[in-house]
Amino acid sequence: MNVIWIAVIILGAVGLVSAIMLYAASKKFAVKEDERIGQVAEVLPQANCGGCGYPGCSGFAAACVKAADGGSLEGKLCPVGGQAVMEKVAGILGMAVAASEPKVAVVRCNGTCANRPRVVDYDGVRSCRVQLLSGTGETACAFGCLGGGDCVAACQFGALSINPETGLPEVDEERCTACGACVKTCPRRVIELRPKGPKNRRMVVLCVNRDKGAVANKVCKASCIGCGKCVKACAFEAITLNNNLAYIDPEKCKMCRKCEEACPKGAIHAVNFPPRKPKAEKPATAATGVPAETKEA
Amino acid sequence: MKTFKIGGVHPSENKFSANAPIRKAGLPKQAVFSLYQHIGAPAKPVVAKGDVVKVGTVLAEADGFVSVPVHSSVSGKVNKIDAVVDASGYRRPAIFVDVEGDDWEESIDRTPDLVTLAQRPDLTAEEIVKRVKACGIVGMGGATFPCHVKLTPPKGTKAECVIINAVECEPYLTADHRLMLEKPDEILVGVTLIMKAVGVDKGYIGIENNKPDAIALLTEKAKAYPGIEVVPLRVKYPQGGEKQLIAAITGREVPAPPALPIHVGAVVQNVGTTFAIYEAVMKSKPLFERVITVTGKDVKTPSNFLARIGTPMAQLIEECGGLPEATGKVIGGGPMMGKALMNLDVPVCKGSSGLLLMTEKESRRGEPQPCIRCGKCVGACPMGLEPYLLATASALRKWDLAEEHDITSCIECGSCQYTCPSMRPMLDNIRMGKTTVMALVRARNAK
Amino acid sequence: MAKKLIVSLSPHIHGRDSVQRNMYGVCVALIPALLTSLYFFGIGAAVVLLASVAACVFFEWAITRFILKSDRLTITDGSAVLTGLLLGFNLPSNLPVWIIIIGALVAIGVGKMTFGGLGCNPFNPALVGRVFLLVSFPVQMTTWPVPGQMGAYLDAETAATPLAVMKEAIKSGDASVLQKLPDAIDLLVGQTGGCLGEVSALALLIGLAYMLARRIVTWHIPVSILLTVFVLSGLLHLYNPVYASPVTVLLTGGLMLGACFMATDYVTSPMTPKGQVIYGVAIGFLTVVIRTFGAYPEGMSFAILIMNAFTPLINTYCKPKRFGEVVKK
Repeated sequence: MNVIWIAVIILGAVGLVSAIMLYAASKKFAVKEDERIGQVAEVLPQANCGGCGYPGCSGFAAACVKAADGGSLEGKLCPVGGQAVMEKVAGILGMAVAASEPKVAVVRCNGTCANRPRVVDYDGVRSCRVQLLSGTGETACAFGCLGGGDCVAACQFGALSINPETGLPEVDEERCTACGACVKTCPRRVIELRPKGPKNRRMVVLCVNRDKGAVANKVCKASCIGCGKCVKACAFEAITLNNNLAYIDPEKCKMCRKCEEACPKGAIHAVNFPPRKPKAEKPATAATGVPAETKEA
Repeated sequence: MKTFKIGGVHPSENKFSANAPIRKAGLPKQAVFSLYQHIGAPAKPVVAKGDVVKVGTVLAEADGFVSVPVHSSVSGKVNKIDAVVDASGYRRPAIFVDVEGDDWEESIDRTPDLVTLAQRPDLTAEEIVKRVKACGIVGMGGATFPCHVKLTPPKGTKAECVIINAVECEPYLTADHRLMLEKPDEILVGVTLIMKAVGVDKGYIGIENNKPDAIALLTEKAKAYPGIEVVPLRVKYPQGGEKQLIAAITGREVPAPPALPIHVGAVVQNVGTTFAIYEAVMKSKPLFERVITVTGKDVKTPSNFLARIGTPMAQLIEECGGLPEATGKVIGGGPMMGKALMNLDVPVCKGSSGLLLMTEKESRRGEPQPCIRCGKCVGACPMGLEPYLLATASALRKWDLAEEHDITSCIECGSCQYTCPSMRPMLDNIRMGKTTVMALVRARNAK
Repeated sequence: MAKKLIVSLSPHIHGRDSVQRNMYGVCVALIPALLTSLYFFGIGAAVVLLASVAACVFFEWAITRFILKSDRLTITDGSAVLTGLLLGFNLPSNLPVWIIIIGALVAIGVGKMTFGGLGCNPFNPALVGRVFLLVSFPVQMTTWPVPGQMGAYLDAETAATPLAVMKEAIKSGDASVLQKLPDAIDLLVGQTGGCLGEVSALALLIGLAYMLARRIVTWHIPVSILLTVFVLSGLLHLYNPVYASPVTVLLTGGLMLGACFMATDYVTSPMTPKGQVIYGVAIGFLTVVIRTFGAYPEGMSFAILIMNAFTPLINTYCKPKRFGEVVKK
């Protein structure tokens, strides 16, 4: 009996002391977190991709709360959740959210095995960053895609894959969340986030070669040579030419597809447009087909 | 016999061209001068298309302190300034000169007579450094670091000795070996010039004992030059690494970057550079030609050439009996640290110490197998690093882990990959990790 | 240009060392021990070793092919053969084949392939197999045939091993029991009972010398283990002669086999020389502790497995001395 009482007393005392210590510690070291952070984090996708520019979803949530206290959510976008999630976040924080266009990753290189001949035989680790250390890569193009697949490894959503036929990465637009991880990892800045465009249609220059025309022409069949024909063809001043490379401003582009026709190298691509049947059958009437496209856009 | 303590490997030497005397390579039809022949800011062109140049004319001048001028190695007309794929593998701006005749600048002393420091008592340290810079001299062992920068110790440091790197630890290469046998006096005068420039009275010439003839010759000749000592070294790669050489000769270890050799009181110069310094200071001859070894198992006549900078590699290969049938890889430099060339039109540059033609069979890497954690890479690393860990950290993009384990100390000597039984491409990943981590560190320091 | 040049980063040459060279090198180093075991145990030894090697190679092949669905042929790298040999060396020569097959399955299946195959296993596969068998079939695993029965296999005569005698001496506290032990020369050459690989210490030492000469292993692990065991058992012997003399301790049981071949396994031992010495000393210490105070007569395999678990920790804390590093005091 005595033993039992001693045990009970000792255990009870230990328990009591511990409880007091725990209570004191919880008061003294309490971390006050804005409860809205938790609420915001709950509606976020929890992919922790860092695509928003913050360390993980909770980091983004904290940043949103701070920004909301500052008065505006501008510039905060969860690229994974997109508009829908940002509206929820704004709702929790009692803010209006600025409309933003959905974006998608675009691989701006068309240097397929057929278009861009391999000039050397690379024998080493298949990684763009490693290949870059050995020189200009397997092709003579000093700007285009290296095909090492660093972007594929960086993509957390399985949206990128190397097409074995072309040797280039392809974007699965359904899966791409425009988190921008591939853009950051690409050592040659080949990938760009562009607005998806109306009906997913967009005009893109699939080349990043800034060499002079003659060199660019020599290394790749599908390179932009900076001839400027597209700039002249564009009625909306959407195309600029810098360092021998054309760039289409997605904000200004009206999808008239005139640049696509003007490009002598086929470097400008119209993505997700329906096939141009009239042109294929009767090239002479191609011009009449264009306004129809414009209307649709 | 002295050597460095940590790590190291013993690749088979294969010095086929050790007995081939240096011969002059023919003049090229067109010489190409990359503006990136040294580490630091690229040179700025001072000639234009159509300009007539002579041998030794400045084509491009230094742009800043860590930069050197580029001189023409031929006489003729400037054809164009355009990009070319040089030995680095990148397309870089270069000056193309169409060769006409062989007309030298008058200022260059072309007599073979030896000029010693005693004959030129007027030379001051500043004057030597000035001439070295004006003549465009860089480290000719391969690193191509501007020479005058090394001869100008930063404030707060004091040089105690000059070490001449005549180790030539890379297999196959014999350029430095031949130079020592054929120009011993010039090299020794060069050493006295460097000693004078940095203000020390002790100079060591480190030579591996697989070159006994060079050791004997230089030891004999060095008796006439007080303060210069020839140090025979046990053969071990990478003894030619600056830090390993200092450790082997003085027993002092240079701390991790950003510390420099000068922090342990050493100024290290390659033996080829030493010869170039002699010619620059005593003969007013800019750096426009150098000794380059062209070798390989299938090469008909492995040779050592005195080649003009800007000569296309293809021409040197022709002079050695043509490109062997089964060539798979052409390496600019030695097999351990050299760079595989993209094509044979790459011009000879200031850092080209060798051209190694490897057969297709030799050039293919073995199939990598899983790491068996044998630790041989750890034992081979001359910097006391853990290559297996750094390679994995880099491949997994764990930059902070790589940095924590001193990836920036890696000297990229390749001992780890050479020794790996699983044939893992460790250095590929480590190099990538190192460049990334160094960029991250720079970005952090800039903040 | 007609032909594309090969481009890769330096180094462009390789030292021609390979996994195969190392694995088969160890196998070659085991040949003296193999021959002595065949000499002493005859057919039994041959059956046990063959069954063990064949089963290990088969399981490695089957698991890679059908479970991991990989086309890579990993059995040619020699690691499975080596595991099989080492497992066989750790078994008594009268063990039925079905038990050996179970041991091989555990060694390769559980000890190696579940972790991802060669290079990924935290524990020495052969020892995992052996310890599994020792715990599961204690009777079969601890009855040791007497050497010299060439034609016998399952029906071989058995006797107590020197280790059992030593244990008995400690238990009874009577040093005279130790007189039953064979003398050191017999232990060295191999006139005693035990599992296949531990019969002759001399054959194992010849193997170790071969591996050292070919630079397959370094001296750090074997020497530190043997030295630790020698010193510790020597102290115990001086304290009380009930504990066997250090020479006897060194030459009996699986100590030699463990120190030379099992503890030096690349995958499960530390990478740096400093770490390897710590690892070796700890194994030696644990072995002596288990042999002297534990329930089992033999402690080598347990000691190695325990230290295998510490290998990652040793790797984390035993860094090689960096070049130019100033040692802080």
